[in-house]
Amino acid sequence: MKEENSAGHISRREMLAGTAIAVTTLAITKVTGVEAGPEPQAVTPVVSAEVSFTVNGKVQKLEIDTRTTLLDSLREHLHLTGTKKGCDHGQCGACTVLVNGKRINSCLSLALQHENDSITTIEGLGSPEKLHPMQSAFIKHDGYQCGYCTPGQICSAVAVLEEIKAGIPSHASADLNSKVAFTSAEFRERMSGNICRCGAYSNIAEAAAEVAGA
Amino acid sequence: MKSFTYQRVTTPVEAAAAIAAKPGAKFLAGGTNLLDLMKLQIETPTHLIDIGRIGLDKIEPTANGGVRIGALVTNTDLAADPLIRKDYGILSRALVAGASGQLRNKATTAGNLLQRTRCPYFYDTNQPCNKRVPGSGCAAIAGFSRQLAVIGSSDACIATYPGDMAVAMTALDATVETINPAGKTRQVPISQLYRLPGKTPHLETTLEKNELITSVVLPAPAGGTHIYHKVRDRASYAFALVSVAAILFKDGTGRIAVGGIAPKPWRVPGAESLLPSGAKPFSAKLMEGARPTKESEFKVNLVERTIALVLKEGKS
Amino acid sequence: MKFDKPAGQNPIDQLKVVGKPTDRIEGPLKTTGTAKYAYEYNEEVTNPAYGYILGAAIARGTITRIDQAAAKAAPGVLAIVTAANAGPLQAGKFYVSRFLAGPQVDHYHQAVAIVVAETFEQARSAAALLKVEYKKQAGNYDLEASKEGAQPPNPGPYTPPGESRTGDFDGAFKTAEVKIDRSYSTPDQAHAMMEPHATIAKWEGDKLTCWCTIQQINWGVRDLAFILGIPKENVRLISAYIGGGFGGKGTVLSDLVAASLAARAAGRPVKLTLQRPLMFNNTIHRPKTIQRIRIGANPDGTITAIGHESWSGNLPGGMTESATASTRILYAGANRLTRLRLAVLHLAEGSAMRAPGEASGMMALEIAMDEMAEKLQMDPVEFRIKNDTQEDPEKPGRKFSTRKLVECLREGAKKSGWERRNAKPGAIKEGDWLIGMGVAAAMRGAPITKSAARVRLDSNGRITVETDMTDIGTGTYTIIAQTAAEMMGVGIDQVQVKLGDSSFPESSGSGGQWGAASSTSGVYAACIKLREAVAGKLGFDVEKARFSDGRIILGDKSAALIEAAKGGELVAEDTMTYGELSKEYAQDTFGAHFVEVGVNAFTYEIRVRRMLAVCHAGRILNPKAARSQIIGAMTMGVGAALMEEMVVDKKVGFFVNHDLAGYEVPVHADIPHQEVILLEDLDPTMSPMKAKGIGELGIVGVAAAVANAVYNATGIRIRDYPVTLDKLLRVV
Ligand SMILES: Cc1cc2nc3c(=O)[nH]c(=O)nc-3n(C[C@H](O)[C@H](O)[C@H](O)COP(=O)(O)OP(=O)(O)OC[C@H]3O[C@@H](n4cnc5c(N)ncnc54)[C@H](O)[C@@H]3O)c2cc1C
Ligand code: SF4
Ligand code: FES
Ligand code: FES
Repeated sequence: MKEENSAGHISRREMLAGTAIAVTTLAITKVTGVEAGPEPQAVTPVVSAEVSFTVNGKVQKLEIDTRTTLLDSLREHLHLTGTKKGCDHGQCGACTVLVNGKRINSCLSLALQHENDSITTIEGLGSPEKLHPMQSAFIKHDGYQCGYCTPGQICSAVAVLEEIKAGIPSHASADLNSKVAFTSAEFRERMSGNICRCGAYSNIAEAAAEVAGA
Repeated sequence: MKSFTYQRVTTPVEAAAAIAAKPGAKFLAGGTNLLDLMKLQIETPTHLIDIGRIGLDKIEPTANGGVRIGALVTNTDLAADPLIRKDYGILSRALVAGASGQLRNKATTAGNLLQRTRCPYFYDTNQPCNKRVPGSGCAAIAGFSRQLAVIGSSDACIATYPGDMAVAMTALDATVETINPAGKTRQVPISQLYRLPGKTPHLETTLEKNELITSVVLPAPAGGTHIYHKVRDRASYAFALVSVAAILFKDGTGRIAVGGIAPKPWRVPGAESLLPSGAKPFSAKLMEGARPTKESEFKVNLVERTIALVLKEGKS
Repeated sequence: MKFDKPAGQNPIDQLKVVGKPTDRIEGPLKTTGTAKYAYEYNEEVTNPAYGYILGAAIARGTITRIDQAAAKAAPGVLAIVTAANAGPLQAGKFYVSRFLAGPQVDHYHQAVAIVVAETFEQARSAAALLKVEYKKQAGNYDLEASKEGAQPPNPGPYTPPGESRTGDFDGAFKTAEVKIDRSYSTPDQAHAMMEPHATIAKWEGDKLTCWCTIQQINWGVRDLAFILGIPKENVRLISAYIGGGFGGKGTVLSDLVAASLAARAAGRPVKLTLQRPLMFNNTIHRPKTIQRIRIGANPDGTITAIGHESWSGNLPGGMTESATASTRILYAGANRLTRLRLAVLHLAEGSAMRAPGEASGMMALEIAMDEMAEKLQMDPVEFRIKNDTQEDPEKPGRKFSTRKLVECLREGAKKSGWERRNAKPGAIKEGDWLIGMGVAAAMRGAPITKSAARVRLDSNGRITVETDMTDIGTGTYTIIAQTAAEMMGVGIDQVQVKLGDSSFPESSGSGGQWGAASSTSGVYAACIKLREAVAGKLGFDVEKARFSDGRIILGDKSAALIEAAKGGELVAEDTMTYGELSKEYAQDTFGAHFVEVGVNAFTYEIRVRRMLAVCHAGRILNPKAARSQIIGAMTMGVGAALMEEMVVDKKVGFFVNHDLAGYEVPVHADIPHQEVILLEDLDPTMSPMKAKGIGELGIVGVAAAVANAVYNATGIRIRDYPVTLDKLLRVV
């Protein structure tokens, strides 16, 4: 969040040895809406820092609390709310985005870990006017219901097809040393980090099979 | 999550030096375990040293026919590496049986080795837990313990080491290489990396404070048939109830490490001479001294059954 | 419009749009991340603060002190709300839970405080600085141990009577030639919808607007106003998209109350979402049951006595899991007994989850039917068919409006290759896998309820429907558009649907499987009014005219609809209400599930290999969306069968595995290709739509079909869900 909102303001700027990152420590002391506590305790300062990365082709520079995850930087700072928060603990896959072409859980990554990275979110894959083939296939095969896991499923499915092409093995691959191909079992295993409580799995598999040409 | 300062370093030496300079600092690799725990304030570092870009992301042959895996190689890259797939099949297999595609893209070799337990009471800061708060007690022993350890545990803690990769590395006789802030390097056989809980379950490894893992070295390929079998309720994206990493040879001998049952990957080299006689005698020896709870008792039986399955697969 | 006699021919029967497998109209939004969920109204609320709930660390007791000093001093903190400064709060009218603890703590993770700060990160870390001291009180967390003292529940709108008897159950069971008497249990289960409960609350003077996750908007308004003690008129709720609910977002839960209080305290709009690890113990769940089933039959398989008793627990005043509901009506049998008992437990509140009562009850009953069939040496499909009934077994003479259970079973047996099943368990092996097949019947009531809508015809000839109905993944946007298009004779692309806003006419809401049938009927009623308005404007006799291709047509006279709106938009609104047909007829939906599993002969890992459902559930408004509802429910049924359990720590008094890693729900790899067959059905006793709900039917019976398949594969009968390998290994 923009720290300008808060009273206090920048008290110290320091360069840490060995880095090129400006780290800003903000001690925010003014508290409104609550009575001052009887025995004010040591204030843990908020630390903010700058980060810059590309999201859907656009360079973004943010000055944020060091604690901000990539997910919250997208949703709360850049207002790219297509990427969802289902658990915030790596347990559901709703927050899946592509970083430099690879899918990750954006909830378990700090925004600061992504300096100069290229991030693609669901909004970057396609728009209602210009759908990505995977998005069209999800619509055609009804690969979703409530839609909340869907951006994560689609980002993951797009990446899975690339992973299969790149020959990355999975738990479902019968032989580690022969070429992997798109099969239903391969797809289902690789997609298992994307939970759909609405249970659209069977339709999602069909949507992806169509895109894979399988 | 408590506030922390953040620093990006570019070399291992710099990383090791940086951590010594800041009390309360921790290394951040993929972050998939550390950030999870920080959100719950189970981990509360005041400074993070991001080692994501210090290099150490290569897999290279060693002079004596083995392979050196950089600490920052991701789980995906390691599993997909042609050399690993060809000669260290159980390692690939163990990796792809773990977590999810997204997590494996982020998770690193060192981070995976050092991931902490998934004991549900460890994860709930309202509950007593000797691992999280030394001396506070253990809620799991009298509580929900189905997933927890049946061997190697203590009266202070019955948590398991939850990972898969380390189980395979244990069967492969891997060695962990480190560097400390003084620039001193050393090698730790993986069998000596993890500690049993005893009275100090919060001390999980034999690494020194501030020691950086730089790589994992695998000895020259052992050959044999490689099988990793992970048993779980859900077909994927779940931690092991029991997992077996086996290297089996034509003459009936082999090496076996078991995951999901102990505070560390469980291997009893002394038991391996019994492998040719079958799963039963081998498992009996392997599981000597098991102390399961009522809820986790099935794991003792399950270990033997999974090993029987693996031995059968090894023959075919 | 009042619906009080069976529907005749009406415009819906044209089936030009209704009944077609139309893609969801909101698909392009959902698949591109542009559909907006509660927490995502960044344009509407530009200056929000963030709220974070601290949950109680004990299960039961009192809060003796909250030291707020450190939290107050933490950076960015704007306000802290606790019971001490929240003002008086009531419980809502549906859930009994109090949404803010203090001084009493009623259950683990009940909200103790809400911290508001400038950012999410600040709010979360400040919440952890609150030091709360408690005085613990002993609680009751063990249903098994509380069975003895359990009481008949107080009957209420969602609770059937504590006991039902027909004929002489005791006598008939005693003298039955073949009988079983078995105990079963189902565990506490979590809805675990993917979108956590979330709210953005904004006060403007004494008016409160909340973007939230509520399935029943009208209940939400009622409850939030009542809880906060403000007039209903001052509350506006918006839930345009909901990331799954399954009953878990029925009405107001703690997020809505907390965000509203927090926004008032901070003098700023507040956004707040329940953190996933809090949801399991903070909100509601499907409660555990212990069930006893007794069935007596003649050697020819005719059931002579059927008895079903169920025990569940809840917070004082909470609902009963009415697990015996299906048993009262599913199978014939002259002598019948059902009984419900409710114990007081101090766990989080038990409440409705997808097919409440029926899902839990049929998990047990349909295993019992399998056991009984085996004892009778009958095929389980045939045994069920033998005991089909075409009238309400408790009220002879009361017919089912439609009921094709037998056809479902027969069709399913045919399509699933049931003849390949070996009645002898453990007889089929493929490699290291033991293969088994299982069947179960499905049934779920088909309630329908009052629902209103407003329909507009604008000067571009476009139709807009407004109703406070919600789409929780059910396809509501699409079936409502189909209904309006059919009624007004326009293409579906000419219809816009606006849902989930309490400023729209009050609908049935999404719950109890009544949403689709009720809300489309409300739209039907409003469209009848709009047709009248159009006909009136253009001088047509509405009784004789037809609406087609964007025109109103009578004989060779016709006019474009757009003409009627030339002088300004036409607006019509109506409510569909119902007479007594649901008393006259038993209105239910039926189905049959066929499942094949493999069980590893070494490890006893269980994997589902094939699944088929055959359903009979009124007119299918959109076969694509209906099929999705069924496969989704089948998936949830697999979870119930094989993995889902909120484990109770009876010492501490909480659900231990309270996150999505600990509470396992099925993932892609657990679910094989699923087949669904929807049998033709038209039920004119329901409404002019002739439709029923289907979204809950799909889960009923699935778990039992899986458990029966595991039995068929292994010869091991597990009666305590979930069916897991440790339970099998204990018997092997
Ligand atoms: C939902 C879920 C399911 C999972 N399922 C599985 C599973 O089935 N099997 C499995 O094996 N794992 C599983 N995991 C765990 C996952 O594999 C680990 O989180 C991951 O491997 C950790 O790697 P990382 O690089 O992200 O570590 P980080 O989170 O970055 O670090 C972990 C720890 O290691 C320390 N560290 C990191 N690198 C070094 C270094 N070079 N030297 C010294 N210390 C270092 C850090 O300081 C930290 O304490 C799962 C995780 C989640 C969230
Ligand atoms: S088993 Fe270990 S980790 Fe779990 S609660 Fe006990 S001490 Fe903590
Ligand atoms: S929100 Fe990231 S995995 Fe669930
Ligand atoms: S569509 Fe609702 S969770 Fe997947």
